[in-house]
Amino acid sequence: MKKYTYTEKQDTRSGFGDGMTELGRTNPKVVTLCADLVGSLKTATFIKENPERFFQTGIAEANMMGIAAGLTIGGYIPYPTTFANFGSGRVYDQIRQSIAYSNKNVKIAVSHAGLTLGEDGATHQILEDIAMMRSMPNMTVINPCDYNQTKAATIALADHVGPAYLRFGRPKVPIFTDPNQKFEIGKAWTVNEGKDVSIFATGHLVWEAIQAGEILAEKGIDAEIINIHTIKPLDTAAILKSVRKTKCVVTCEEHQANGGLGDAVAQTLAQNFLAPQEYVAVNDSFGESGTPEQLMAKYGLSAEAIVEKTLKVIARKS
Amino acid sequence: MTAKELKDKSIELRRKTLEIIYNAKAGHTGGSLSIMDILNVLYNRIMNVSPENFNDANRDRYIQSKGHSVEALYTVLADRGFFPEEDLMTLCQYQSPYIGHPTKGVNGMEQNTGGLGHGLPICCGNALAAKKDNSGVKVYTVLGDGEMAEGSNWEAMMFAAHYKLDNLCAILDYNKLQITGSNAEVMGLEPVAKKLEAFGWAVKEVDGHDYDALIETFESLPFEEGKPSFVIAHTVKGKGVSFMENNIKWHHGVPSAEQMEMAREELLIKEEV
Repeated sequence: MKKYTYTEKQDTRSGFGDGMTELGRTNPKVVTLCADLVGSLKTATFIKENPERFFQTGIAEANMMGIAAGLTIGGYIPYPTTFANFGSGRVYDQIRQSIAYSNKNVKIAVSHAGLTLGEDGATHQILEDIAMMRSMPNMTVINPCDYNQTKAATIALADHVGPAYLRFGRPKVPIFTDPNQKFEIGKAWTVNEGKDVSIFATGHLVWEAIQAGEILAEKGIDAEIINIHTIKPLDTAAILKSVRKTKCVVTCEEHQANGGLGDAVAQTLAQNFLAPQEYVAVNDSFGESGTPEQLMAKYGLSAEAIVEKTLKVIARKS
Repeated sequence: MTAKELKDKSIELRRKTLEIIYNAKAGHTGGSLSIMDILNVLYNRIMNVSPENFNDANRDRYIQSKGHSVEALYTVLADRGFFPEEDLMTLCQYQSPYIGHPTKGVNGMEQNTGGLGHGLPICCGNALAAKKDNSGVKVYTVLGDGEMAEGSNWEAMMFAAHYKLDNLCAILDYNKLQITGSNAEVMGLEPVAKKLEAFGWAVKEVDGHDYDALIETFESLPFEEGKPSFVIAHTVKGKGVSFMENNIKWHHGVPSAEQMEMAREELLIKEEV
């Protein structure tokens, strides 16, 4: 098992904010909008340095998505920002018709996705957004795993043409990816090569998968861990290459099992190479209040849960 | 074009719209006849947009928020030379680009619309980008009166006033009818002028079928410096064909062969007058 360590924890949303700061200095066409959550989205530096390229929309997310679509006429690259709940489910029809169907170059950037939003509870803890966004034609869906990767993804999206949904979170989590990484949309990152099981993880679950990999190594299990930061377009070549070798799969995500990364992987396997699969995901349930750690443990989104599912899936290999 | 020329043209535009709906056996007849004169004035007198300058970033923009009245827009765009009129005989057919709501797959169409309450927010974005670029672009949209119940319109109205988008003009196609009944029955809109003014817009009311009045209204844009403009156009659903006027059955109604012949005759008489 390749060793990963960290010296610092940081929130992925700060990766977004610092990515925007860099874009503010390098790309004059990048603009951002926010529905009254500037502090949470960490865009203060971008706004301070480029006040003419920031548009406050007030608490009116539907309108914000339409305005972002309309702003593209000047060649602008709008990043509308809010919480993931309000930037997906609340405005699904605006995104579908005015952004995706109209194929607008809009980068929807949303924070506080999933259970790790914590104390505010179920209303704000969206666990269905990946399913909604990956089912939408033209939409690119990205869920990076740490501060560095989120920053790199934010910057990479400015050079990508077309609608995109960039999902990140609130809590401070380990920084373990390369600060100078080049983010390739749609290209999975092999965290660890192994031969006994393919663990595909996205977002905050990638660090948990690494912890699981270390526990599994002690048990003599050689896990291949792959970070699927881009859920759409899915890197099916990397997925199939890995599963053809390991013959079994565990998918890990801070999202409902229904419609998320796990289902995207299962769809690929069903059509190409059958293999047993286990899901580390939320099982058809809303969230509740608690610290991120308490909630991730309760809903089975932890290194321990990944270990358990891995042992189960290996036993299912014929 | 002069008011007289535009008015003469409107009879032919109405007939063509009915012909394509009749041919397709589908369409939104009442609303298309309701907005025809507004579109005729915008495209043939007011807006700086044409097939020649359609790729020019500085052209004026029209986004039809009430996307369902697309047949009127298709007819006006064809007449303006954006595509051959005979293309419209494929309206709503399998594999035709002329589908039942506006799409950018059609030359001259700025934006995909259909679901209601989307047009005004996008126009706000267009107007904001135009302001940022000092491009002089003016942005126009037509909203349905039933559509005014969509909350996103009122979000956009707050935004447009806050950002002083005086290069934006929204037009209310105020025929007072929607698919289920009158606005008053379905969801009361009055006092609409006061509401729009209270939201920070400069408002003018006009007869939406009076060419002199429409021209004068649009030529006086913006109504007030620093404010977005709202035109309340009092219209008649099904305007121009007596048995279609003010009858909700024609919201989505398609004429029979006999009704089509009656409509042709009525319009022919108007043409001769």
